Amino acid sequence: MNKVNKENFKQDAYKYGFVTEIEDEKIPKGLNESVIKLISSKKNEPEWMLEWRLAAYERLKSMEVPKWARANIADIDFQDLYYYSSPKDFKEKPKSLEEVDPKLLETYEKLGIPLKEQEALAGVAVDAVFDSVSVATTFKEKLNEIGVIFCPISEAIQKHPDLVKKYIGSVIPVTDHFYATLNSAVFSDGSFVYIPKNVKCPMELSTYFRINASETGQFERTLIIADEGSYVSYLEGCTAPMRDENQLHAANVELVALDNAEIKYSTVQNWYPGDENGKGGIYNFVTKRGLCKGKNSKISWTQIETGSAITWKYPSCILRGDNSTGEFYSVAITNNHQQADTGTKMIHLGKNTKSRIVSKGISAGKSSNTYRGLVNFHRKAENSKNYTQCDSLLVGSNCKANTIPLTENNSNTSSLEHEATTSKISDDQLFYCMQRGLDAEEAQSLIVNGFCKEVLQQLPMEFAVEAQKLVSISLEGSVG
Amino acid sequence: MLEIKNLDVSVEDKQIIKNLNLKIGPGEVHAIMGPNGSGKSTIAHTLAGKPNYLVEAGNVDFKNEDLIAKDPYERSLLGLFLAFQYPIELPGVTNASYLKQILNAHRKSRGENPIDAGEFLKILKEKSKNLNIPMDMHSRFVNAGFSGGEKKKNEVLQMDLLDPSLIIMDETDSGLDVDALKSTSEAVNKLRDGKRSFLIITHYLRLLEYIVPDHVHVFGDGSIIESGDKSLASRIDNEGYEVK
Repeated sequence: MNKVNKENFKQDAYKYGFVTEIEDEKIPKGLNESVIKLISSKKNEPEWMLEWRLAAYERLKSMEVPKWARANIADIDFQDLYYYSSPKDFKEKPKSLEEVDPKLLETYEKLGIPLKEQEALAGVAVDAVFDSVSVATTFKEKLNEIGVIFCPISEAIQKHPDLVKKYIGSVIPVTDHFYATLNSAVFSDGSFVYIPKNVKCPMELSTYFRINASETGQFERTLIIADEGSYVSYLEGCTAPMRDENQLHAANVELVALDNAEIKYSTVQNWYPGDENGKGGIYNFVTKRGLCKGKNSKISWTQIETGSAITWKYPSCILRGDNSTGEFYSVAITNNHQQADTGTKMIHLGKNTKSRIVSKGISAGKSSNTYRGLVNFHRKAENSKNYTQCDSLLVGSNCKANTIPLTENNSNTSSLEHEATTSKISDDQLFYCMQRGLDAEEAQSLIVNGFCKEVLQQLPMEFAVEAQKLVSISLEGSVG
Repeated sequence: MLEIKNLDVSVEDKQIIKNLNLKIGPGEVHAIMGPNGSGKSTIAHTLAGKPNYLVEAGNVDFKNEDLIAKDPYERSLLGLFLAFQYPIELPGVTNASYLKQILNAHRKSRGENPIDAGEFLKILKEKSKNLNIPMDMHSRFVNAGFSGGEKKKNEVLQMDLLDPSLIIMDETDSGLDVDALKSTSEAVNKLRDGKRSFLIITHYLRLLEYIVPDHVHVFGDGSIIESGDKSLASRIDNEGYEVK
């Protein structure tokens, strides 16, 4: 790799770090009842929603921030954050794209997400969330024709209150843990998806989360319900500007799959990771949980985690329905001073339930990467099976990889299989590729992409190529 | 093509090559023979630029360029190909996509566009056929779980694909049965076009019966101790390395 190129790489490393110069409107800093009431009124919420939020807040007061993650987390002053920020004069979501502020359209354009439908990726509907509000949702009408509801959750609360009431908090209880409860009190926007009975959603649904305002937390709430016999594939992407401060993203994502339904949920997480010295970056503290409520249902999580200063999340499946299946495919890449403590929980409650976990952790620089997982077989989960595979790849010698797989088996007829490997990119592999004309970065990227292949191929095709590039970019500067 | 002058090389503080001199002209096929452990593979690795192979003195001129000053990938792009004695496994990387990527790296350095998928498949089929390589080998991961013969054939396929001007073969015959040795040698002989040069490193005569060299050098104690024509190889085979 010649020197000129390497410099360029550094500058290009996080290409989504720009700030959109748009006047924003924030509510006063701090966490208290009046802030929650203000958020609720900004969203024109019905009374029941506000009460739900306030109950969560009441509970939060007696809760403490969990400290068990294998990560150094600076104390967060929850009174020194903005909990809501939207573009100025954003009273109501624009009815059509023509009414959307061109600066916002331009922002998403720069992020590679054109919102104009004719320019958009064919077969992908997008909900664009900018700080605390959804600014545009594409292909809504087209999806409506077949009964698929795809809209911001704030809109769903008003238009589909019965569905929201029935399912919100049904997978992640309001009182689950500090960040989940915090989210329940102050959540702003995220996506709502309902797939009616026996409908296979014909498009990929995706939400693109963008943090723009400074000193602001983003509290996304997403709820996806797949009714009997339905199918949906959903993808979320995330980016944020480069800033010296740490910003908090604390999301709650709940999935519900009824009888014979399948939800495939993919994440490409590329929040700003902080600079080379570990300054700045997003704290990504996210609670994601899916309930396989019905028999023969299936929930599959795929995550490509490349960004954030700290990633702390365990997308999980509760396999309640008999014969239900949970899957977790993960690539977590940490470079420089990034920290990741991520994994999954598979809770087997029903009979003949199956789960599969494939985790690929890649650590470079001075980063730390932990897989933490729990597989639990309930007494009644007869004939259930889990397969877990955790592979760690180390790049250089200053990084750390840990694997903490927990199992609890209360069923005599169930079986667990676990495989784990830790390897380093060998000098021989790099030399071999370089002897064939690939420079050091290309060689490393080829080897790492090979290591992740099993997970990357789970992604919807439209995003697999992007993800491969992201994997390479995330490790730039880590070869000697 | 290649000129090695007064070369000293050490690996992990141990001097392996001492005052090596060798000149290979365009189209020439040179063989270096030597006993096991004599350091003849060190020549191959040094020319390819393997890290930790430290050039202490001397220089190497390749196509009028200072080879030692270049990175391994630049040497490859300049036309130097090393067929490995022990080809390396790349788990998760399918052979086809790997071959396409290395070909495109070379095309890019020549200012050409990446190869079209259909055209690549055509070339791959044709070249695989020459080596009796079944196409399904290309959907497997690079060298992973390949037999010794498959690995060596894959090396020859790569040299065919990349069209190098100097091919260094490091013990390519090891691990090959007679049939594989024959088809591999035939494929190599097809690449002898009077312009391309070869440096064949081997312990045994048998490879040289198929790929007949113009010059044979005997390597011992870090340097070339005797040079001659192909009859030298037969003599070594009869008398062993000890007798001179």
